[in-house]
Amino acid sequence: MLKRFRPKWQHGATAVLLTLLVCLPFDWFLPQYTTLMIFIGLSTMVTVGLCLLMGYTGQVSLGQAAFYGTGAYISAALTKTCGFNPWLAMLLAAAGTGAFAFLIGYPIFRLKGNYLAMATLGLGLILYVLFRQLGPGGPSGTGDIDILSIGSFGFDTPFRRYFLVWGFCLVILVISQNIVNSRTGRALRAIHGSEAAAESLGINVSQFKVKIFVLSAIYASLAGSLFVHHLRFVSPQSFDFIASVKLVVMAVIGGLASVWGAIFGAGTTRLLSDEILLRFGEWDVVIYGLVLMLVMILMPDGLFVWLKGVFENLRTRLRQGKVET
Amino acid sequence: MSADQFLQYLISGLTQGSIYAIIGLGFTIIYAVTRIINFAQGEFVMLGGMLSFILASAAGMPLPAAVVLSIVIASAVGALMYLLAIRTARRASVVSLIIITIGAAIFIRGIVGEAWGVDFVRPGFFTGRTSIEFLGAFIHPQAIWVIGTTILVTIFLHLFFSYTMTGKALKACAINPVAAGLVGINAKAMALLSFVLAAALGGIGGAVMAPLTFTAYNAGLMLGLKGFVAASIGGFKSQLAAVIGGFMLGIVESLAVAANWGPFSSAYKDVIALIVLLLILLYRSGRLAEEERTG
Amino acid sequence: MRNYFKWLGIITLIAALLATGGIACDGEEEETPTPTEAPTATAEPTEAPKEAYKVGAVFAVTGGASNLGDPEKKTVEMMEEQINALGGVNGHPLEVIVYDTATDETQCVTMATRLIEQDEVLAIIGPTTSGESMAIIDTVTTAEIPLVSCAAALSIVSPVEDRYWVFKTPQTEVEAVNEIYAYMQEKGITKVAIITNTNAFGEAGKTYLESDAADYGITIVANQLFNPEDVDMTAQLTSIKGTDAEAVVCWSTDKESAVVADNMMTLQMEIPLFCSHGVANPNFITQAGVAANGVKFPAGKLLILDIVPDTDPQKSILTQYTAAYEAIHGEGTINTFGGHAFDALSLVTIALEDVEDGMSLAEARAAVRDSLETAEFAGTGGVFAMSATDHLGMAPGSLAMIEVVDGEWALAE
Repeated sequence: MLKRFRPKWQHGATAVLLTLLVCLPFDWFLPQYTTLMIFIGLSTMVTVGLCLLMGYTGQVSLGQAAFYGTGAYISAALTKTCGFNPWLAMLLAAAGTGAFAFLIGYPIFRLKGNYLAMATLGLGLILYVLFRQLGPGGPSGTGDIDILSIGSFGFDTPFRRYFLVWGFCLVILVISQNIVNSRTGRALRAIHGSEAAAESLGINVSQFKVKIFVLSAIYASLAGSLFVHHLRFVSPQSFDFIASVKLVVMAVIGGLASVWGAIFGAGTTRLLSDEILLRFGEWDVVIYGLVLMLVMILMPDGLFVWLKGVFENLRTRLRQGKVET
Repeated sequence: MSADQFLQYLISGLTQGSIYAIIGLGFTIIYAVTRIINFAQGEFVMLGGMLSFILASAAGMPLPAAVVLSIVIASAVGALMYLLAIRTARRASVVSLIIITIGAAIFIRGIVGEAWGVDFVRPGFFTGRTSIEFLGAFIHPQAIWVIGTTILVTIFLHLFFSYTMTGKALKACAINPVAAGLVGINAKAMALLSFVLAAALGGIGGAVMAPLTFTAYNAGLMLGLKGFVAASIGGFKSQLAAVIGGFMLGIVESLAVAANWGPFSSAYKDVIALIVLLLILLYRSGRLAEEERTG
Repeated sequence: MRNYFKWLGIITLIAALLATGGIACDGEEEETPTPTEAPTATAEPTEAPKEAYKVGAVFAVTGGASNLGDPEKKTVEMMEEQINALGGVNGHPLEVIVYDTATDETQCVTMATRLIEQDEVLAIIGPTTSGESMAIIDTVTTAEIPLVSCAAALSIVSPVEDRYWVFKTPQTEVEAVNEIYAYMQEKGITKVAIITNTNAFGEAGKTYLESDAADYGITIVANQLFNPEDVDMTAQLTSIKGTDAEAVVCWSTDKESAVVADNMMTLQMEIPLFCSHGVANPNFITQAGVAANGVKFPAGKLLILDIVPDTDPQKSILTQYTAAYEAIHGEGTINTFGGHAFDALSLVTIALEDVEDGMSLAEARAAVRDSLETAEFAGTGGVFAMSATDHLGMAPGSLAMIEVVDGEWALAE
């Protein structure tokens, strides 16, 4: 509905990007980046939830990788050890993760600021140790996990999994964008602005916070399930504190207050660490840190906001040029 | 469990705990003055240890000189980090600044990894390595250095903040930066000082603990994490709470192993300590929330 | 003025990224298997340029197992240069592509997949750790590419029916544990405390320490655990001290084992410490310092080269490898992990001789695998005789009990 008010070029840009997205894995385009794009898609799914959580409620989560992990481990355990259907397992994982987030959401959100950060950090660490000790295969993880399939059509090649992952991802992005533009989104922004003021307007602050927390957990869980059915392997190290920090970095680099920011953040961070930096050999860590600092210094509101600003500037200049002549 | 066994567990806990405490102190100092959580604090500690090793063994300096110089260099790195990375990002939000510290941490880690390599190293012990017997338990002389240093540093900081002009100015900035500015305190200089101080603390801690725990280019990660936990006990604002938090974390971890609930307790010791601390946090936040509402 | 610098910074950043992207694009073109000059390899261009034989390697160059992965990487880089200087394999230059797994199993799977799909290598060497090796067994089996692992666990090559494509070069924990227990039995030790790492290597050791103890008349009186990268085990050792254990067995690689040795000295524990073959590394002595003296562990013959008789079939290769490696990296840097990588790449290089021009990638990989299965080679870790029923193929007697005496390796009495 509110789409009417978005500038026309955004529609054009969206259309172009979608076309590129659909064409990418084909042999005549850029098939060598298929696997990279799958990981970007998975990261985007988790980052969107984090962007919503951090951007619109101002609550920082240093343990988001834990939800990614619960989705992954529950899917892995149910399909491998108990022989469940992978789709059912994914659903159960998402439901379970959501329920868990709901249960701990209320007590956690009674904390404020740094205590909240500490609580999410603690949660992430505790779940990591549980994955490591109790997860199938223990600290080394386990493999040979089934693939997802619909009837006899198995998602067994990167090509097919690419569309599966991005299908999920786009659905999640659309849902999130709708939330942002809806009453809920406005309520969330009100809460971010001032909790006391929001309360006085009749918004049940804690309920909203928990809702967004649960939503972000479900997104992460779905991404986790897709992850294990893609890699067909799961090990606890993918869900440790560093992983959570990387997710926060992706969210902030992209830009906290927007769904697009999640795509940019996940995309550029992954591209940097998985493709570009591998070519630098041993200096990759140094350059990664340097780039991180530079981006945050030069574009403190995130890449997406900066890019938007650049485009707006260009358009204004072009328009002025036209008027003058 | 016999009495001297219990004492031994306590000593292990105190030693580890003082390591966490001194790192936690660094977090609180920067946070109090600038509201930034410095994710590179662990790296300052790593620098203290790595540099004193490199200077003493590769460059052949006598150990005391190497230690002092490594602390100076670590402080300089802290100052540089503030001037180049934090101050230039003036208008960034706190979250962005935190990401900058993460980038700085990764950068420092990478440079040290390139310059020295990935091997673990161990600087020489300060006073030798014969463990001292104490009421049936044994304590490593270096551990005495670590615990002693933490206590001395805590006392020094208390005196500094309460009785010197600079210290009081720092404290004023921490309590209310705007008001502090109004009475003529230069907020930027204070922020710089907080970074230098935290880096120096980290360097001291690192130099003292490295002979005990080994160090390597990536030692900063785990250390930073544990120190973060310690500092958050006091909400990142209280130095004393950070120190107590650190000691508590160490002791609870040690006792978790001692409790010996099957072979698993030693593997779960991190979790048990965290759960205990989270419960304390929840309890405290309930009381704190009331204070904030009434205060 | 500030604006100017800001824009300068942004433009530099974008230019840098585009430049690297440009380099990246050039890199992509190399990947197709058409006769190329292998521009990025250290290969010598031959007269009639033959296609480079690409071999992939995944090592834990950083992370918890870096003390093992780093010498492995250095070894294969050294070998690549030497082999190419001698004309390569059947005239084909050898290109070894090494990726760092950071001791992370998932990263290992990702890197292995990259080697298989993007770099299109003929075989993979590594990974460094047992956990990582187990992680990529499915990957290499599905992709039908041979793997020669440099990790210890027996389950990497067993059950052999499920490990058609997987081989390995280091001794397994079974041999190591039995070597230790046999020694203990000789010395009359019957009560043992074990302290193991919770990672795959430690767990594998723990399994056999527990199951084989009775065969040697040994009872385990204490069973403690620690986590990878833990820096203080005094609490666990205090618990052990309270039992009547006559010896301690620590199963982990060198860093944590060094901490255990050090802690035992602090606690003034008199009983002997036995370690796994994971400490066969000069770094162990550097890190544990004085506490390393008296520690006993089973290891391959690389560490006691001087005592090995000239009649031993391994003697010449041990001497060659030691001389070449230490010439580049310094005296006393030799360790058995580099040796495992040496054996692995040697086996692969020999197998590559059976690849014929004109074979497709799949045929070439199968040819390498078939050749590996019949390999006979006197390596640094032992004498190999691979077969369809044994993908380690190591003759007994490859391990010896070593003791650290005055900071040097010596045969244990």
